[in-house]
Amino acid sequence: MATKIRIKQADGGHEVLALVEHPMDTGQQKKDGVLIPANWIQKMSFSLNGKEVAVADLGVAVSADPLISVMIKGAKTGDTVKVNWSDNLGKTGSAEKKVG
Amino acid sequence: MTNLHRRTFLKATLATATVGLVAAAGLLKPTRVLAADWPSAAFESKNLDEAIKGLYRVSERSASGSIAINAQPLAEIGNNVPFTVSTSLPNVDSLAVFVEKNDRPLVASLNLKGAAGHFSLRMKMARTSDVHVVCRAGGKLYTAKQNIKVTVGGCGG
Repeated sequence: MATKIRIKQADGGHEVLALVEHPMDTGQQKKDGVLIPANWIQKMSFSLNGKEVAVADLGVAVSADPLISVMIKGAKTGDTVKVNWSDNLGKTGSAEKKVG
Repeated sequence: MTNLHRRTFLKATLATATVGLVAAAGLLKPTRVLAADWPSAAFESKNLDEAIKGLYRVSERSASGSIAINAQPLAEIGNNVPFTVSTSLPNVDSLAVFVEKNDRPLVASLNLKGAAGHFSLRMKMARTSDVHVVCRAGGKLYTAKQNIKVTVGGCGG
């Protein structure tokens, strides 16, 4: 499950976009008559130079392959942005990128 | 005698049916194995006020013109609706997105620990609905909403 980050300069800071390949199964959909067990990302945290600046709690209504963005303030060229996520089955993923 | 048997039979059948219903209801809920601090009560709430209360303990909120929603008013397919919110409210520490007419309205919440008041995501909408944003700033809740029309729902099987 790939995790990717994009950083865009914006008014008032840098927009950090995180894209995770994840099914975000609601637990209510069926495949061949059998319910697909719920499997969704619950937590996604964004940090700047090792300090957590935002944490998102996600539910099953977030679309598959979630694209989430937050706005960080005060980031400079060369700073490190990191995204960590974990799902309800204990799977985790992360990605990091330097501010360009 | 025949009648008595009929009664016993009915009782037994009804009891079995009830158990079955309870089991089915239990199966439909998301898995209970959840991250310790993931607000499961809020995410499982079935109406807007309860979901807001589950997340923020209170549901009293006032409309604010300082919350900007950026979303298309018409989404043809409800399984991937882009939604962006930003706010200029001072001291915002939390933002949450609710689709009023989803079976479980709370979509996602964002806790800010230094980041600016901005949150963007793509979400599933079962049907046409008002989408509410709640921001907590200085301990008070502020809200804004936008109606998004959905032609084909995005939560079905």
